[in-house]
Amino acid sequence: MAETKTYREALREAMVHEMDRDESVILMGEDIGVYGGTHLITDGLYDKYGPRRVIDTPISENGFTGAAVGMAMMGMRPVVEMMTWNFSFLAADQIIQNAAKVRYFSGGQVKVPLVIRGPNGGGVQLSAQHTHSLESFYGHFPGLKVVAPVTPNDAKGMMLTAIRDDNCVIFLEAGALYGTKGEVEEGDNAVPFGKARIAREGSDVTLIAYGRQVNLCLRAAETLEEEDGVDAEVIDLRSLRPFDEDAIVESVKKTHRAVAVEEQWRWFGVASEVAAIIQEKAFDYLDAPVERVSGAETPAPYARNLELLAFPSEKEVANAARRALYMEEK
Amino acid sequence: MPAKDGRSENGDVGARGEGAVATTPENLAELYQKMVLIRAFEDACQRAFRQGKIGGYLHVYTGEEAVATGFLDAYREGDRVITAYRDHPHALLLGASPGEVMAELYGKRTGLVKGKGGSMHLFDVKRGLMGGYGIVGGHIPVGVGLAYALKYQNTDHIVQLFLGDGAINQGAFHEAANLAGLWGKDEMCPCLFIIENNQYGMGTSVERATAMTDLAAKFDSYAIEHEKVDGMDLLAVLECAHRAAERVRESGRPYAVEAITYRIAPHGAADFLEKYRTKEEVEKWRERDPIGMVEKRLLDSGDLDEERIEEIKQEAKREVEEAVRFAEESEEPPAEELYTDVYAGEGEE
Repeated sequence: MAETKTYREALREAMVHEMDRDESVILMGEDIGVYGGTHLITDGLYDKYGPRRVIDTPISENGFTGAAVGMAMMGMRPVVEMMTWNFSFLAADQIIQNAAKVRYFSGGQVKVPLVIRGPNGGGVQLSAQHTHSLESFYGHFPGLKVVAPVTPNDAKGMMLTAIRDDNCVIFLEAGALYGTKGEVEEGDNAVPFGKARIAREGSDVTLIAYGRQVNLCLRAAETLEEEDGVDAEVIDLRSLRPFDEDAIVESVKKTHRAVAVEEQWRWFGVASEVAAIIQEKAFDYLDAPVERVSGAETPAPYARNLELLAFPSEKEVANAARRALYMEEK
Repeated sequence: MPAKDGRSENGDVGARGEGAVATTPENLAELYQKMVLIRAFEDACQRAFRQGKIGGYLHVYTGEEAVATGFLDAYREGDRVITAYRDHPHALLLGASPGEVMAELYGKRTGLVKGKGGSMHLFDVKRGLMGGYGIVGGHIPVGVGLAYALKYQNTDHIVQLFLGDGAINQGAFHEAANLAGLWGKDEMCPCLFIIENNQYGMGTSVERATAMTDLAAKFDSYAIEHEKVDGMDLLAVLECAHRAAERVRESGRPYAVEAITYRIAPHGAADFLEKYRTKEEVEKWRERDPIGMVEKRLLDSGDLDEERIEEIKQEAKREVEEAVRFAEESEEPPAEELYTDVYAGEGEE
């Protein structure tokens, strides 16, 4: 059974599912309770579960994230909302120095079953300080898991998995897509981490992305089919740590060409990692260099036209695919 | 005689059980013994560090013994303790053997955290020690979260959260204290803050680090009540610690104590020059050495004589020598340990 729901509703449904099942699950963050959440993800949950399980915090990202680490070390399962991931730099000490490492430096004596979630990425004219895609930043640290679902069904299924995971999960939501709808399976649709999803099957070139760039790749694939007769495969990575290397390698063995797409800056980014994995594991299958499409190397601008230039476009993705196919760019 | 695992038979420098009456002569002698052991342990650490047998950083507690010894006397099984990187005495007082602590410093598999954390990261979760942490102030929010969980899970346990004077100027302290005050209003934060004010954050004195040097009073901003105690006087600390711990336990609210103490040792074992303080100052504090003060009290009262005092010192020395031998003879962690404990759960390690 599946029903059409928004990304926002899917996230909320997952949290409700786990809160009903497990009393150790609590929510905390800025304005998530009485106010209902800046993005209304937690709307109604304060009334349903009360202030001890839906904790409104002061504006203290470092403080409340650290407190959540302590709760998790005691066996609770806190789900912390970063109002936006941009604020997580203030909590980076807790996330990186404690959540990611305390299991290791305690010699395995503690676990940190903690989810930190919130909107990631740009696209809504929030300019420089409120526009970051932090997947390679957090993906760099062993001890963290990093996921970035794009469909409402994955938003729910991966949130279920995140809450049940015994490690700190960095849950990067496609903030620009909170209102988009999709089929969401009823009940327990837990989606395992480390398994990519083939969003569109194809045979000529592989477009690899995650988060909202998956939708961009799907549109580019349509264009390539209509205008160029190219049959592109689109892979949604879903999870960046752990990472499904096999999925991209298998696809490239079939298509022999790959384009890696990311909203973040190119330097030291996910697309570079994808390219490195392909050359290590599928070198002999490649018929063209791996193309990368990334954000512009600038802080995010405000003006709409500049912002559009700063992020990957459908046209750039299609042209990257054409380059990989030794076709004329358009 | 030490048992095979490096524990001595009479052993653990364990903390007292429930509701210990702190000031009986017998108990005082016992606590004196623990302090002597801690001092001997830290002296041995400094030697081993200078011999190159202990790597990384090393921070010893010399001069501050009465603070941890007094407060952890009020520890009850099920309570949690969290501290920064000057953490050897906390582990020892909660019952870890000198052998397993020393082995950790030597980076051996028999160490308290299997040789994966070293001096700054002693954990002994089964005995309540939720860790030593290396980033100044970074453990304070974590400790407040531990306290919330103890209430959320309907226990009557408390957190003893030790922090240094240096941590007071970190944002993490202020954010965490604010949360503690807030959650305390709902009786959801049984957290006892203990400032080990040893006068210096590394080489910067309290006066040079904050214009408002009454550190306990910083808690006023967060509606957390507080007091100061003479951290060199074990009896004063004991009285304060038991009262404060019970107050937190009964109320579910945080409370703060600033223990005025002094780090007789350098900040780290590599801090030889000590350009930031005078010999005279160190000598002045040495006159109030916490161990010397208890010793004098025990001698004056006739509870211990010179001979027994000497025995206690020799016993501590022997116990620490055993710990060093155990650490030296222990094996290094196997190479496979590099990749274990990165993630909890199957298939990740």
